[in-house]
Amino acid sequence: MIRAPSVRPAGGLPLYLWFFMRVSAILMFGLVLGHLYIMHIINSTDTIDFQFVAERFTTPFWRAYDLFILFFALSHGLIGMRGILDDYVRSRPWRAFAEGLLWTAGAVFFLLGALILMTFQPGAFRGP
Amino acid sequence: MYRGGPGMLAWALHRITGVAVLLFLFMHIIETSMIGFGPKAYNFTLGIYRQLWFKPIEFLLVAAVLYHAGNGILVMILDFWPASTRYYRRLFWAGAALYVALIIPVGFIMMRRLFGL
Repeated sequence: MIRAPSVRPAGGLPLYLWFFMRVSAILMFGLVLGHLYIMHIINSTDTIDFQFVAERFTTPFWRAYDLFILFFALSHGLIGMRGILDDYVRSRPWRAFAEGLLWTAGAVFFLLGALILMTFQPGAFRGP
Repeated sequence: MYRGGPGMLAWALHRITGVAVLLFLFMHIIETSMIGFGPKAYNFTLGIYRQLWFKPIEFLLVAAVLYHAGNGILVMILDFWPASTRYYRRLFWAGAALYVALIIPVGFIMMRRLFGL
C-alpha cells in the first residue's frame, strides 16, 4: 500500500513550515496559472519587451500581483530547498552553512525583485 | 517508506521540478530587474529568451510548474483527506491523464514557431 507522499511534522517550526508550504501553494495557485497563461500562452517572449512591461506597470494592480507571487513563490521555493538540504546534507555544520547561504541568497533575490517592482519608473526612460 | 510505483515517481518529479523552477525564479528575478536599466538593457536580455532554441526550454518551465501545481494539489488532497490514500493510484493516473491532455495543446501553442507556424 502506498502511503501519503508527505508526513505531517509533529510540531514546532517544521509543522509551521509544513503548513506554510500548503497555504502559500493555495494562495499563489490561481495567480501563477494566470501569470503563465498571460505571459506564455496569450503573449510570449516574442511579444514581451520593455514597452509591454512599462505599460503593465502603470497600474499598481500588476505590481501588487507580481509582488505577491514574488514573495510566495520565493519563500515556498526556499523552504522546499531547505527540506532537500535537510535530507541530503547530513553533517550539521555543513547543513547550517548551506541553509545560511540559501537564506542569504533568498533575501538578496527578494530585495532585488521587490525593489524593482516598487521603484520602476517607465517615464524615466522616455525621450525628451 | 516508498516502495516504488507511481508514488515514488511523483515524489521524485515533485522535487526535480521544484528545484528547477526555483533556479529559474532566481534567473527570472535578475532578468526582470534589467528593466530598471532601461529599454536597451531589458530588450537585450529578453532577446536571449526570444531565440528559437529557448522555446523548448520555456515550454519545459511551464510544464514543470503545471506538474508541480497538479501534484501539489494531489499531495494536499492526501494530507487533508487521508481516506483518499486508498484511491491514490486512481487519483494519480487521473491526474496524469489530465496533465497530458493539458500539456499537448500548451506545447503546441508555445512551440508553434519551431514548426514554422
